[in-house]
Amino acid sequence: MRRAPLSLRLRLVLQLLGIAAVLAIVLYFTVRTVAVQAAEASQDGVLGAATLAIAESLQGGDDGVSVDLPYEAFSILGSISADRVFYRIDARGLTLTGYDDLPPPPEAGAAVTPVFYTSPYRDTEVRIAAVARMVLVARKPVPVLVMVAQTRQGQEAIAQRVAQRAAAIGLGSFVLAAALSLLTAGSVLGPINRLAAAVARRGPQDLRAVDHPTPVELRPLITALNGFIARLRGALTRTETFIAEAAHHIRTPLATVRARAEIALRQSQSEEMRESLRAVIRAVEESSRSAGQLLDHATVVARSDRLADESVDLAKLLAAQADAFLPTADLKDLTLRVTAEPARVQGDRALIEAALRNLIDNAIKYSPPETTIDLTLRPGDPVLIEVADRGRGLSGQKPGRLTKRFARGENARDVIGSGLGLTIVAEVASAHGGRFDLTEREGGGTCARLYLPSA
Amino acid sequence: MRFLLVEDNPDLALSVAERLRLDGHAVDPAASLTEAGDCLAAASYDLILLDISLPDGDGRDFLRRERRSGRDTPIIVMTARAEVSDRVDVLDLGADDYVTKPFDFAELEARCRAVLRRRGNALQTVQHYAGLTFNPLNASLVVAGEMRELRNRELRLLEILLAAPERIFSKAQICDRLFSYAESVTDNAIEVYVARLRKKLEGSGARIETVRGLGYRLTAE
Amino acid sequence: MRAALLALGLILGITGSAAGFTVEEEVRFPAPGTERRELTILSTTDTGVLKPVIEAFQKRFPDVEVHYTVANSQEVFAAIHDEGATFDLVISSAMDLQMKLANDGFAASYRSAATDALPGWAHWQDRLFAFAQENVVLIASRRALGGLSLPQTRRDLIDMLRDDPERFRGRIGTYDPELSGAGYLFATQDARQSDSFWRLAEVMGGLAPRLYTSSNAMITDLKQGRLALAYNVLGSYAGPRLASEDDAAVVELEDYTLTLLRTGLIPVGAPDPALGGGFLDFLLSAEGRRLVGEEAGLPPIDEVALSRGPHLRPMRLDPGLLVFLDAIKRRAFLEEWAAALQQN
Repeated sequence: MRRAPLSLRLRLVLQLLGIAAVLAIVLYFTVRTVAVQAAEASQDGVLGAATLAIAESLQGGDDGVSVDLPYEAFSILGSISADRVFYRIDARGLTLTGYDDLPPPPEAGAAVTPVFYTSPYRDTEVRIAAVARMVLVARKPVPVLVMVAQTRQGQEAIAQRVAQRAAAIGLGSFVLAAALSLLTAGSVLGPINRLAAAVARRGPQDLRAVDHPTPVELRPLITALNGFIARLRGALTRTETFIAEAAHHIRTPLATVRARAEIALRQSQSEEMRESLRAVIRAVEESSRSAGQLLDHATVVARSDRLADESVDLAKLLAAQADAFLPTADLKDLTLRVTAEPARVQGDRALIEAALRNLIDNAIKYSPPETTIDLTLRPGDPVLIEVADRGRGLSGQKPGRLTKRFARGENARDVIGSGLGLTIVAEVASAHGGRFDLTEREGGGTCARLYLPSA
Repeated sequence: MRFLLVEDNPDLALSVAERLRLDGHAVDPAASLTEAGDCLAAASYDLILLDISLPDGDGRDFLRRERRSGRDTPIIVMTARAEVSDRVDVLDLGADDYVTKPFDFAELEARCRAVLRRRGNALQTVQHYAGLTFNPLNASLVVAGEMRELRNRELRLLEILLAAPERIFSKAQICDRLFSYAESVTDNAIEVYVARLRKKLEGSGARIETVRGLGYRLTAE
Repeated sequence: MRAALLALGLILGITGSAAGFTVEEEVRFPAPGTERRELTILSTTDTGVLKPVIEAFQKRFPDVEVHYTVANSQEVFAAIHDEGATFDLVISSAMDLQMKLANDGFAASYRSAATDALPGWAHWQDRLFAFAQENVVLIASRRALGGLSLPQTRRDLIDMLRDDPERFRGRIGTYDPELSGAGYLFATQDARQSDSFWRLAEVMGGLAPRLYTSSNAMITDLKQGRLALAYNVLGSYAGPRLASEDDAAVVELEDYTLTLLRTGLIPVGAPDPALGGGFLDFLLSAEGRRLVGEEAGLPPIDEVALSRGPHLRPMRLDPGLLVFLDAIKRRAFLEEWAAALQQN
């Protein structure tokens, strides 16, 4: 199975959302990274200052190195965040004071400016600043290393807070972008929708070229659409002409054959010959009926898509049809009884007439001589047109089947007809939004009902 | 009756003319509009059978000209085009009726009769025989001053028999003309109509005689 | 309750654990109901002070037996820091040592509604919590001062001592920072606050001061007339004991008065940290605060009281406290102190 392609709107929205999501994620990581770096930098700044303050307080002397730990340096470390503080002061590689297990800088030889490094320590991780100094002890320079460490909980708390805020900013910008992308999709697709609405609004027979102001991007579509409309118009015209021509060309020779056969029948004395001629005439009759119904059917199919929308006076139409069929009915001594109240529907007159013609033709075909066919028109919604005969009825067959193309009643093998008649009626009904049904008539016969929505 | 048959297809024109002549009608064929005009100038017709597509013009133009000229010979259009719009067109242009090719001659005759009846020139066709007065146009039969209604098939049976009194028509011949070829008819069905017509003819000098093994004939007492 | 009180065991000189720190007092408060849990507290605060609070706590939780061990602040610190003693709660007035325990990772993290409600200056991280704020005061005998008015600032005090040295010679008391943890803390914090501390030390040094290791001893000697003045005495002890003495005056010096925070922490590896936390919560609860203030005589944490006394300087719970615990720093400070005291 082929997957339906995504709608343009959905595709546009999804792409914009994807971009928004990527931007939101980039924003999130950028904000977080910058903030974490800033937090780290500020911690490094304080740590470095504390380390330098301690280094400043180093003093040499004859009996060794002394140090006066500056209280404020430590206090300030605590003021930024409530983090644990460790320190270590080494002279000549031996710990003078502080936490002697505090890890020294990874590369030996810390500089005069502090170096910073992160290291696991005890049960946690610490950020360490280390600075080296030379101190004169007994007039000899002694290397002293000062290290100040601080746990990173405060920084982590900042990072977490920042991450939450960054997530909120990311989410917020995503939501904003999502809303904007919906608006954008709407405005971008607006001209397409307007064009579609303009084309959809057209009448059924409106095959004019589309002349709707559209953005330049849609011009190729319009050009292609107009080309297609022109081809469609041409194809429809050709089809109609072809069907009409075909019917025309087959009918004239059929008429000749029929006339010849009748003449021959009159003059022939041989009963066998006469029977053959009758068969020829029946075949001609069937061909001509088929040609007529094919033409009707083609007309119905062709016009269903572009139905004329005119007000049709059904009473007048029914009377005219009854009139036209009168001589035919007379040949079988059939009475056509018309009971019509005024009623109008909105629709295609030619199609409704074709339906009526097929209904009456069918009724005459199946009626036994000297019976009455009732043609009834009852206004209302829907309007009902009923053609009731005293023929052989449905004989228990499903009416639905009879309206299928080329289906004929099992009991109608000996009656000429192509089986398209009822199909045409059903198609006309559905093209008008109505329906058609066939029922067994009370007291024998068939009752065909065509319902059309009232005007 | 006298027909003008305007039809350009020679085969069809010939066949139709021959077929109509079999029923006792006079037929002048015309293969174009020009020929049709010549015929109309030379003689008068009871009815014109008009094709639409002709070599020198459209039948509808002829129809329009005829109606404008004030002549009102009834015109029945024969067409191969069965489209609804065509039918409406020709009736609007003044045609009296319309048949689609190929047509049933019985139906054509019925339509002709109906057209003539509507035009009211029924008198020309009244036939008298052995005390009965018969007008096939309005299906009226007068026997001894009494009006008797004939149904269509009774009328046509009488018409067949009255066309050649004393001539024997076989059941098959009558069948072919009385019933459509699509109907399956038993010999019995003819006897029914013969019996009915005999009843309608009672009181006149005419009667239908059964010639055993051969058929029926109309004879005068 | 009486029976429970009578059942108090008072065992002197017996260590609470196998470790070798010195215990001053070890008291069992048997559970009033069926005993199911045991709360072990290591504290610098005398049993008698906190007894009403402990009993009220047991009323609330009758299935808890409380095992209360008292030691001095150095011993308390050593027990946790060096000897791995196990307690559910450690209470100490030595802020610097408590801070070092917490900084060095010996305090467990604990959070509750009660600890969240503490003002920022009354806790460090979620490891160290103050439940009492005690002012460090000057006490004086009016009689011994003669007609002199009470000094209101350290400058007043220095001038008074300089103007009439003979009146005060041998009758001034203060902590010995070398022997007393609290004395060392007060002295170092004084030194931080103002240069006048060193001038005061020099003046006192010329007047043959008497050095003590506890506030109670100074209060006793003042009451008995052996001292005219005692500098840096815990107001929470002086106030109740001198309340009935017309002669004695308790002075909060106006240039600044240090405020000590008495803190508790739950050690890492506490047998029942939840119970330790429960007692801490009780100390900080409305009922606990009332009991700490009225029954134990320790002013509970009260931000309003601090804001009313602009001269009050609560010692900050921050890593600065670690500085004077540094061995070199301590040696240098004590050398300076000794020099100031012995100049004459």
